[in-house]
Order: sequence, then structure tokens, then C-alpha cells
Amino acid sequence: MASATTRIATPAISAAQTLQNAVSSEARLQVRNLDFFYDANKALKNINLELPSRRVTGMIGPSGCGKSTLLRVLNRMYSLYPGQRATGEVLMDGQNILDDSIDINALRSRIGMVFQKPTPFPMTIYENIAFGIRLHEKLSKTEMDERVEWALTRAAIWGEVKDRLNTSAMGLSGGQQQRLCIARTIAVRPEVILLDEPTSALDPISTLRIEELIDELKRDFTIAIVTHNMQQAARCADQVAFFYLGELVEVAPAEEMFTAPKQQRTQDYITGRFG
Amino acid sequence: MQQAVTMTAAPLPREARRSGALGDAIFKAACQAAGIFVLLLLGAIIIGLFLGGWDAFRTFGPGFVTGTDWDPVQDVFGAGVSIYGTVVTAVLALIMAVPVAFGIAFYLTELAPAWLRGPVGTAVELLAAVPSIIYGMWGFFMIVPFMAQTFQPALIDTLGELPVIGALFSGAPFGTGIFTASLILAIMVLPFIAAVMRDVFNTVPPVFKESAYGLGCTTWEVVRNVVLPYTRVSVVGGIMLGLGRALGETMAVTFVIGNANRISTSLFGPGNTIASVIALEFGEATMGSLKLSALLGLGFILFVISFIVLALSRLLLRQRMAK
Amino acid sequence: MSAAMQAPSMPGQPRDLRASAALGRRRRRTDMAIRAACFVATGIGLLFLVSILGTLLWNGASAFSLHVFTDVTRPPGSNGGLLNPIIGSLIQTFIGTAIGTPIGLLVGTYLAEYAKNTPLGNAVRFVSDILLSAPSILIGLFVYQVLVVPFGGFSGWAGAVALAIIVIPIVVRTTEDMLRLLPDTLREAVIGLGAPKWKMITLVCWRAAASGIMTGVLLAIARVAGETAPLLFTSLGNLNWSVSLSAPMASLPLTIYAYAGSPYQDWIALAWAGALIITLGVLGLNIFARSLLRRRK
Repeated sequence: MASATTRIATPAISAAQTLQNAVSSEARLQVRNLDFFYDANKALKNINLELPSRRVTGMIGPSGCGKSTLLRVLNRMYSLYPGQRATGEVLMDGQNILDDSIDINALRSRIGMVFQKPTPFPMTIYENIAFGIRLHEKLSKTEMDERVEWALTRAAIWGEVKDRLNTSAMGLSGGQQQRLCIARTIAVRPEVILLDEPTSALDPISTLRIEELIDELKRDFTIAIVTHNMQQAARCADQVAFFYLGELVEVAPAEEMFTAPKQQRTQDYITGRFG
Repeated sequence: MQQAVTMTAAPLPREARRSGALGDAIFKAACQAAGIFVLLLLGAIIIGLFLGGWDAFRTFGPGFVTGTDWDPVQDVFGAGVSIYGTVVTAVLALIMAVPVAFGIAFYLTELAPAWLRGPVGTAVELLAAVPSIIYGMWGFFMIVPFMAQTFQPALIDTLGELPVIGALFSGAPFGTGIFTASLILAIMVLPFIAAVMRDVFNTVPPVFKESAYGLGCTTWEVVRNVVLPYTRVSVVGGIMLGLGRALGETMAVTFVIGNANRISTSLFGPGNTIASVIALEFGEATMGSLKLSALLGLGFILFVISFIVLALSRLLLRQRMAK
Repeated sequence: MSAAMQAPSMPGQPRDLRASAALGRRRRRTDMAIRAACFVATGIGLLFLVSILGTLLWNGASAFSLHVFTDVTRPPGSNGGLLNPIIGSLIQTFIGTAIGTPIGLLVGTYLAEYAKNTPLGNAVRFVSDILLSAPSILIGLFVYQVLVVPFGGFSGWAGAVALAIIVIPIVVRTTEDMLRLLPDTLREAVIGLGAPKWKMITLVCWRAAASGIMTGVLLAIARVAGETAPLLFTSLGNLNWSVSLSAPMASLPLTIYAYAGSPYQDWIALAWAGALIITLGVLGLNIFARSLLRRRK
């Protein structure tokens, strides 16, 4: 088992390195030798992965493969639950964010997350956005208004809500709610955005808008997106990582991954032989 | 419809089918009759109390509700003081119980380690199971002396000296009185409110809490900005349930309220509630007397108040369940 | 490539990290303070329970002896026991439960199996929920009017009926909840075998929900065993030995009420002993009922 892991891990790292040389000089997040446990179950095994700055990393694999788990490690969401723990390193600016000494709340202002289901809070549209900002910054009314407008504009929803900012966010459609949640996340001005199957609860048109949005957002943000939809990964991601049974099988630039995967299991998965 | 399924699904002998249909009709009728019986029971309680109090209502008119004299010797009865005492003790009890109940619910849902949630939750529920007579005895022998010797003298010497609000904390430290009754009531309704809050807090989908954590919220901020707004209606329903319980509580209050038919400005002064008046004075009322009618009339008023509060509580709590 | 070269289009000043950290510290302090307050609140809640149990054990144990269970109530100073109140409580609780349980069971079944969303069903459910929390002293007043006045006096029967009225809504609630937990596939399977609906309910659904319904009955027993207010004007209490249901009947809560408020030390001691008995019984029943439900899960 150990030797198998090593054999897989080696090409994965070299692939990531080639990619890094090709598209970016800087990795925003570096995952090193990460193991993750739900109580005694090992859900992630020796993961090594780099998220290049201002690039989209797609994470694919059959359900239960650990891709969502990895996402929840990156912003320490797992710390909410006793019995879940991670060992290894996730480096951001040379600091290991898995350290107990890290300020989790500040970390989460730098690494934002959007969930599978839209999660508008039970308050007005404006308050949904302003809420997160107020946690970390003290802004004047004008600054706040500007920031809210900016966030909603960047999330491509400003036009639809600008006349009803003071109505409840619960009244928006599913696709609008999800873009609101993206706006809420970027309003805090994080450096990294984690998207956990952000379109799986949406219709095709809303999905398309979110995908366009992701493409637009990578100008400013480093993005990781978990998706069960390989077309989506191909459309959105610059780099794709394939997970299987808690292992990172292969990571490669998107076009390479879908045309010439190096691993047999990757090929089996993307050609639909399992998963 | 299910009967139709029976017919087609199983080719039963004619005999069995008929007995099945007959049995069904009888059983359904029995269930329905029992349901209607419960409806009628509540109706009968309301009408019974109203008719019982009719003599008093007719004799005193609206003055029965507003009047503050309760004089069995002169046969003059007014419910004003006991209505006042009922409402004041119940509201004061809620003011004391709600923050503590919220704290317990917050602790049990968000803070306590998993292995502790079960035992502590059960312990709080057991507090709700202790009979009210026990609360009365405990209050009378433990809380009243503590109030009289320690708590009330301290407050009378400090807060009692202040202008305006000083009046609330003045007078002699009897130990018994409105405040002590409210405190006991608060302890009694605490587990009910805490249990409802805990249960509705648990209905908030974890992903909503996670998105708030994902923005960098602390646990308190998550509860304040997501959990509480999300469960607001049910939380109010739970508080109303507590209020309904506090309004009608009898034995514990009777032990500690001091039983005097007067409205005092001081919280430490004695008073009474509808339930305590009924419990204490019923024994002295003879059948057919105006006093008995006045007591039944008091019961009717209490029933109306509790009915409104409990109905409101049900409607608020139902809304959440239906979602 | 070119996108990465573009300047970030964030508005306003970059975040002032020092101010942000200070804000974070303040927020964490608030969070810690409130967590601590909640911890204390839970401690206060538990403290009350401990204090009540401690007081009962302390005062009750010293008055506790076999004598309490074997001798009847006697005038102050003559070393009586609590036998007749204990027996009276057992009789009234038993009869109250025996009357209330079948009615509650049928109503709960009606709500879960026949009238899930009908107007009549909703009305019955609503009324039952109101009865569940209605002031118990009013139930005593009601029974006084319909049983005590017309039949010429206080009686054990009247007390038992008052308790039965309290039992009904408790059993209704648990029965309906437990029946609703059963999967519809179970019902379909039984109906599919050709059984009529009433057999499906009585032979399968009731049996499948038996431990849950039993929990409700036990909780109802625990509740009425400690009830005092509804007995004040119904069974009245009786200081003499009597097991006649047509005469006033003693009960533990009423005796505690009378003794605790008396000026006699030995009566007060007996009241503590009675309080200890009833509390241990009621809490014991509660814990047993809960464990029954937990085992089922």
C-alpha cells in the first residue's frame, strides 16, 4: 500500500511542478503530506498539492473520494467537529494553517467558501453582504455601500437586486441566492475561494452564469472548485486534480488531464468506466 | 383507498372481507369518537367554569375583573389583585428564566462536548419532571430563609436606597412574596423553555452555520446572526409555552407568595395569584355560595388567559414544524 | 496569462491588518465571555436540580424508616406513617392511568392514522396540546363541578378522573409521534397481505410502536403521581385509613401539602420523607422511560 501511494504521488508532484513552471511562479496554498481522519477512518492519504495563485484548480473524483474533505481542510471547517483531525501541512505565506496557534476566524476571512446549497442568511440582501465585512473591518457608511455594490457587481447580481437591497434574501431564486453567497464571500476580500459543488443544486442556465463568473473571478482570486461534473472541470479549471479513495491520483493542466491522463484510473474515471 | 387495495390485492373469502370492513368501521368510529371526546372535554371545561362563575359575573359585572377587593365576610369579590399577581409573577419568571434557558440551549447545542450533551440534557429535563409540590417545599424551606436572611436585606440596603427604582426593593425582608414566587416559577419553567430552544436550534441545517463560520464568525456570532434569526418564531413559541406554564402553576406559588390580597410596589411584598387564591380559599367556600362562584369565575379567567397564551405558543411552534 | 498581470480590482484601501486583528481580538473576547456565561447558566440549571435532590435526601433520609411505609397517618406526636397516602396515591394513579391511557391511545391513533391533515384532526391535536399544558388546578375545578357536586361529595373516583384527564393528552402526544415514526412501507406491506386497516393498526403498528407508547404512559404516570392541585377539590385527602373510592381518599402529594404547612416538627419530617419517596419515584420512572426509548433507537 505504502509503495503504491509513493508510486502515484511521484508523478502527481512532478505534474504539479511542470504546471507551476508553465503558468505561474507562485503557489497560494501548498498542501504537504496531508492525512485526514474521521475518528479512526483515514479519509485522505498523503496528499501533496499546490494551488497556483489566481488560477482555478478543479477537484474531481467519485463521491466519497475525499475531494470535499480536502476543501474543508483548507479553511479548517473540519475543526468544528470533534473527532475530525488532519496531520501534515497546508502552507499559506509560509505559515502552516493547520497549526493550533492560527487565528481561525482571520484565516477564514482570507480563505472564503461557497457551499453546494445556497445559504442566504435570514436577513436583507444588503445585510447578507455587509455582515461578513463587519466581522473583519470597520467601514463608514459610504465605504460599506461601495463595497456591497462592488461585491454584488463582481458576483454578477447587482443589476437584479440593486432596487431591492432591503428585502429579504430568502425571496431570491436559487441561482440568485448562490450568486449572493459568492458576493458575500468575495465582499470580505479573501485571497482564496473554495467552491464546494456550487452548481449542483442549480438549473443549467444558472450553472452557466456561475461558471462564467468563476472565469471572471480568477483575475483576483485563487479558486478551488470541487465538482462531480467533468465538463464543468474542463470548462472552468486551469489545473485538475483527480481523487480516488482518499488518494490524489493525478494532477495536471486541464487540457492534458482530459486528453492524455497519465494514470489508468484517471482514464477509467473520465471515460466513465466507474464513478 | 387502502381498502380498495385490500380488495384487489388479496382474494379474501367474502366472510373475511365483510368482517374486515365492519371491523374497520367500528375501529375508526372508536378512534374518531375518542378524538371528539377530547374536543368536547375542553369545551366542557370552559363552559363548566363559565357557568360556575356566572353568579359572580352577574353580581359584580366587569368590576369582577377590575375590582381589587376580596372580602369573603362582606361577600365582595374582585379578581384584580390576583390577575395582577398572576401576570407579574409569570412575566418576572420569564425575565429570569429566558436568558438562563438560552444559555443552556446554546451550551447544549454548540459548546458542550458530545459525550456531555446527553447527560446534561437529561438532567435539565428531569428538572421539568420534579412535581410542583416539591418545588413548593424546597422553596419554602430553602429559598425563603435564604431570601429573608441574605438576599433581600442586601438588596434593600443597596438598590432600595436608589431613587425611583428603590421602591421596588423596599420593605421588610419576609422571604416570601412576589419576587420569591417568580424565582421559583423561573426555575420551574426553565427546563421547558431550554428544551424547546435546544430542539429548534438543532433544526438549523449545519450548512447555514458552516457558511457563517466560513466568513470568519465566532460561535456566538453564528448563533446570534444565523441560528437565532432562523429559529426566532419557534423560540418565541417556546417562551410562550413557558409563560403558559407559569401562569397556571399552583402549589409552588402557594407555598411562597405570602398570600395577601394587595398590590405592593415592592417586589418583596406579599401577593397572590389566581391559582393560589383558588387553592387556598376553596376549602372555606360552601357549595352554592357566592364565594365558590367567584372562585370558579377566577378559574374561568385563568383558563382564558392560559388558553390564549398556549394557543399562540402552539401556532408559533407549529409553523416551524410545518416547514 | 494576461489576466494574472492585471492589477487587482478591489475597491478601497487594502485591509488594515492591525485594525482587523484588534477587531478579531475583541470579537473573540465577546465570544469567550458569552461561552463562559452559557457554561455558568448550565451550571445554575444543574445546581438547582442538585440542590433540590440534596435537600430532599438530607431532610428526607433522616425521617425515613420502614415505619413510614407500614403505619397510617396519625395526629402529631403519635409517631404515624404514610401508608394510607401511599396506597391512595397508587390507587388513584393506577385508575387514572387505566382510564386515560385507552382514550389517549385511540385519539393518538386517530390523529396519526385517520386524520393526519383533516380539519377535525387538526382541531383535536390543537385542543390536546392545549390540555397538555393547561393549569391542572382548573381540571380539578372542572371535575369538582361534574363529579363532586352532583354525586354529593369528594371521592377517590373524582380524583382518579381528574388525573385521567391529565393522562390523556400525554398519551395522545407520544402515541401520535411514535406512530408517525413508522415507515409507510410497513403499513403498505401489511395492507398488501390483505389485512384490514384496523388489524394493521392494532396488530402491527401498535406493536411496532409499543415501547414508544409505553414511554408515554410511564411519563404520564410520573406526571400524575406528583400532581397535587387537581386532587385538592376532588379526592380532598383523608387522614384516616380508607381504600373506598366513594369516600375522600388520601394521597401523598396532598399529605405533603398538609404536613409541610403544619407547625409540627414530626409532621414536617414526614412531609420530607414523603417528598423524597415521590421525587425518587417520579425521577426514577422518567429515567426508566427514557432508557426504554433509547434502547429502541
